[in-house]
Amino acid sequence: MKLNDIAEIVDGHIIVNSTGGSPDIVSVCSTDLMSDVLRFATKGALLVTALNQSQVIRTAEISDIPAVLMVMGKKMEREMIELAMEKNIALMVTHLPAFTVCGMLYAGGLRSCLED
Amino acid sequence: MKIKDSIEGCFQLMGGDFTNAGTASSELKSILSKLGVSQEVVRRAAIAAFEAEMNVIIHAVAGTMHYVVSSEEVRITLTDMGPGIQDIELAMQEGYSTAPDWVREMGWGAGMGLPNIKKNADRFKIDSVMGEGTTLEIVIYTRKD
Amino acid sequence: MLKVNDIIEKIGLDIRVSGDMYKHVTGCYISDLLSDVMAHSKDGELWITLQTHPNIVAVAVIKGLSCIVITNGRLPEPDTVKKAESENITILTTPKTTFETAGLLYNLLRSE
Repeated sequence: MKLNDIAEIVDGHIIVNSTGGSPDIVSVCSTDLMSDVLRFATKGALLVTALNQSQVIRTAEISDIPAVLMVMGKKMEREMIELAMEKNIALMVTHLPAFTVCGMLYAGGLRSCLED
Repeated sequence: MKIKDSIEGCFQLMGGDFTNAGTASSELKSILSKLGVSQEVVRRAAIAAFEAEMNVIIHAVAGTMHYVVSSEEVRITLTDMGPGIQDIELAMQEGYSTAPDWVREMGWGAGMGLPNIKKNADRFKIDSVMGEGTTLEIVIYTRKD
Repeated sequence: MLKVNDIIEKIGLDIRVSGDMYKHVTGCYISDLLSDVMAHSKDGELWITLQTHPNIVAVAVIKGLSCIVITNGRLPEPDTVKKAESENITILTTPKTTFETAGLLYNLLRSE
């Protein structure tokens, strides 16, 4: 599923997308614990989180995650946004909570990333 | 892979520096990619290095991450000035953590770090002295045979 | 409205601590950050998390959550189990990920 289509489903605003295209999302990982992200085969996954720290972008970079969805309309510090731009990681924000986002994306056909 | 001689380098790590935490592993990842190391090895090395780097940031005062890349293996050694690990066997258990609550609220310290490192390494060694520090050696083979 | 034991049956969760199984599940909150759950979860919600340490029980009690579901095959720590037993808080576990558990539960709650 294209990131643009996901944005439509979850009423998301894409605030960083330095590559310009709409990355193809193959799976979803919903967590606030970064070691949990690192456990999974997350290549091409969307990371759904409420953690608004630069570490989220670092983790995405390390684990080949093309896009991060920040839930609950969490405010992000400038450093986090700048890092996402620098590392070519798309960043999207929605006012919806993680549960609604996961429910809608699961219903839309996306599935969980698998254990690595 | 086109490495003739081994290539090495070192990063300084500052305890508590959450803003820059992960930069060393991120650089290591890009160095390995440029050297032509296979994607799978790059990924495993980056993940193991990142978890180990976070351990230094969370628990120690300061430390270093040293890497050597040869045609045989990627060897990453982290040495820190930290509290040391009291019970290594316990620390290796998934879910066991001595990280304070504020670290848990930063998305780390849920006791998955060392197990994640072990999972991604072909060889893995911890030496720790209480009150002095910890040395972690992570080796990942670059060749399948 | 669905109760805790209806959900256990319908999405296949393992019971680790059996508290009030007839509590109504008013909704669901997903978070691994305790401060987030403290700030945003609502009374009667089922809480999906990866956290296993004893503080999760205190959060569930204070916020009046209907139960805790620990995902990814993680298990509550022995102290967490003890605390949950004494506070009558239900703890459930599943080998499924948070995303999958949420997907199944969302469908279930919506169809009610």
